[in-house]
Amino acid sequence: MKYLIKKLCTLIITLFILSLLAFSAFSIIGDPAASMLGTNATPEQVAQLRHELGFDRPLLVQYGDWLSGFLRGDMGTSYSYSLPVSGMVLEKLPTTFVLTLMALALNVAAAIPLGIAAARYAGGLFDRVVTVLNQVIMSIPPFFTGILLTCLFGLVFRLFTPGAFVSYAENPWGFLGYLFFPALSIAAPRTAMTVKLLRSSILEQLGQDYIRTAYSRGSSRTMALWGHALRNALIPVITFTAVSVAEMVAGSIVVEQVFSVPGIGRLLLASISSRDFPVVQAIVVILALWVAAVNLLADVLYQYADPRIRLS
Amino acid sequence: MRTRTLALFLSAAVMSTALCGCGGQGTAGTGSDGANTSQTGGEPPANELTVGIAQDLGDSLDPFTMTAAGTREILFNVYEGLYKPDASGDFIPALAEDCAISEDALTYTFTLRDGVQFHNGTAMDAEDVVYSFNTCAATSVDSSLSAALADLVSADVVDERTVAVTLAAPNSDFLAYVSSVYVVPDDYDGQTTAPVGTGPFRFVSRSVQENVILERFDRYWGEAAKVDKVTCKIYEDGNALMTALNGGAVDLVCHLTTSQVQGLGEQYQVLEGTMNLVQALYLNNAAAPFDDVRVRQALCYAVDVDAVLDLTADGHGTKLGSSMYPAFTKYFDDSLTDLYPHDPEKARALLAEAGYPDGFSMTITVPSNYTPHVDTALVLAEQLAAVGIQAQVVEVEWNTWLTDVYQGRNFETTVVGFDAANLTANALLQRWTSGAGKNMISFQSSEYDALLEQANAITDDGDRTSLFRQAERVLAEEAANVYIQDLADMVVINKSLTGFQFYPLYVLDLSQIAWTA
Repeated sequence: MKYLIKKLCTLIITLFILSLLAFSAFSIIGDPAASMLGTNATPEQVAQLRHELGFDRPLLVQYGDWLSGFLRGDMGTSYSYSLPVSGMVLEKLPTTFVLTLMALALNVAAAIPLGIAAARYAGGLFDRVVTVLNQVIMSIPPFFTGILLTCLFGLVFRLFTPGAFVSYAENPWGFLGYLFFPALSIAAPRTAMTVKLLRSSILEQLGQDYIRTAYSRGSSRTMALWGHALRNALIPVITFTAVSVAEMVAGSIVVEQVFSVPGIGRLLLASISSRDFPVVQAIVVILALWVAAVNLLADVLYQYADPRIRLS
Repeated sequence: MRTRTLALFLSAAVMSTALCGCGGQGTAGTGSDGANTSQTGGEPPANELTVGIAQDLGDSLDPFTMTAAGTREILFNVYEGLYKPDASGDFIPALAEDCAISEDALTYTFTLRDGVQFHNGTAMDAEDVVYSFNTCAATSVDSSLSAALADLVSADVVDERTVAVTLAAPNSDFLAYVSSVYVVPDDYDGQTTAPVGTGPFRFVSRSVQENVILERFDRYWGEAAKVDKVTCKIYEDGNALMTALNGGAVDLVCHLTTSQVQGLGEQYQVLEGTMNLVQALYLNNAAAPFDDVRVRQALCYAVDVDAVLDLTADGHGTKLGSSMYPAFTKYFDDSLTDLYPHDPEKARALLAEAGYPDGFSMTITVPSNYTPHVDTALVLAEQLAAVGIQAQVVEVEWNTWLTDVYQGRNFETTVVGFDAANLTANALLQRWTSGAGKNMISFQSSEYDALLEQANAITDDGDRTSLFRQAERVLAEEAANVYIQDLADMVVINKSLTGFQFYPLYVLDLSQIAWTA
């Protein structure tokens, strides 16, 4: 309980600082009044709109205004779309959520068996092939993997039509199908890192005293690996996977552009370029909450994986 | 021991999620097949139309505060004024049946059409019309329109079907402004997100960054639209738009470049029009060295517009010589396009005369989201280098361009295109009068100001036209800007569709488009 309160306090402070930083960034790059009026307006009209929207007030006052609204559950209204921000963000959130979840599933599904196999047959041909592939995949950033996958599977093999995104409400299977390649490009580099980590972590555990004891009790290498080493070896992997999930959200922001998936990332970038700060603020806070929640979950998971760890 | 079991259970759970992930993988094939079949749309599954648009309707949908050309273009089908422009640029009665103009040209009496309904079901009456005039005057973001309406003495309800509008001074363009005053119900306040007008299509929904859906309005007063439903799909990424075209996912896309329309599937045909904008290298007339007319003229001679067209658009596009594009047939003066033939020698001589025998360096600021302008700027930089001017192309974000270049006038030169908000010569020319807030280039010419003032003070159409044409000539002779072109507007349309029309304005009329049997 004490642990939770402590975590929560850190989270609130983080969110506060983060949102203030995001807010002040806009004071540097300017407000949206000019683009809201376009090229047929006079500077007087722009100045008037700026005044109406309160952009001529001190930054801290504007921030205080936003904060008090946010605390009351009012995320404000988008400057560009005149729609409530909460509705706009909630509409896009599931897409990014599913995309990240899919990437996580691919990551875990591929990394754990491959890591175990590479450790089990360490030094063998399979291990060497995996290690080389890992090095290659790890060094390619997700957006580039995305471009490669689009060229290869979209334009050469025609397994999917780039740009033909369908929303989940329209066609759930088409939606999941379309997200597969974006998820793959987000997952690939993190998966390679996870495999590498799991392999070395298992090998380290296999060299420990308790494994020698297990052998002396008559365990085979396979039994020692599955029965004893694996669980201990997974602890750093869980931590790493939590970090990966946070990374994947960042990756999805970029990859959504490559595959034109209309998720949070596309909305975020469009809002930044149109200076639509209520939307940007809301997304920044949601992404921060997401990362914090994943980290919390990882902390809880360790406790189960290793009873010696106590949250305090 | 209990935690142990739980841990095992958890790792089992992780594994099973992983396996589900694999399941997802397996069905991915079917998923994308589904996507493919849904877009083999050579023929319409229903009487519906899918239009690909390159930008979201990302601003207010309110008829008076919408800003983006792309938004006005689509909502042209939703809103109407008392008069509306047709494809030849004439104003035809829309919500008004008739208009009587008094002898002194100060009072316009509009007889409203009977039985006009708004999309929300209420009937249009004179109160709505007066409300719309007043709201437009108060809130319009088009400063020339709000200036024109500021001259209104009053807009009054005469009876349920008659509205009298009184002007302070005669205004020959008044009907053009009337066509921009969209009539909206006086008791509805949701226009910014859910527009309600009287047009042939009614707004159904929009999904941010995905689509905008319109449906035929069955109780339309005039000839009903031909298709039942129009889905405007948003492809903000040029490549995604091209892929959608190649896959046959859209039936109609406007504003493509010549290179984009090459090698498309045979279900499409390509139509060519013009974008209806004045693309130029706009020069900051207040900043040295562009405050010297010889330098500006030297730039005009240094630029080879034909080469620009060839390099950026395979020769498509219409050369311009002043701030007027050819769709304004009455005002467009073709002879100005050849005022400055390509002549690097002369350019160098003029530069030497102005005190820059070795040229100078300058920056061309371009909004990075407009590829045609960026391309033109790059070609111009090459051409200027030939006369010793080192031009550096700086790409900036649209918002930055608006704030620094357009509003702040803090620039040397820039390549953009200005369009006309309505079908009046003033929409393009008023901008460059000395005191105008929109005079981004700070062009100062008392001769020009006088010509426009004179033109706007008289009502004789022939005289006005000749005054506007003289004003255009002043812009050209003073070399206010290096005028380039009205860009080619390539439209890709499904061969089974008919009824597409080019307008002299930036609008897309969906009401006449129909599938042939």
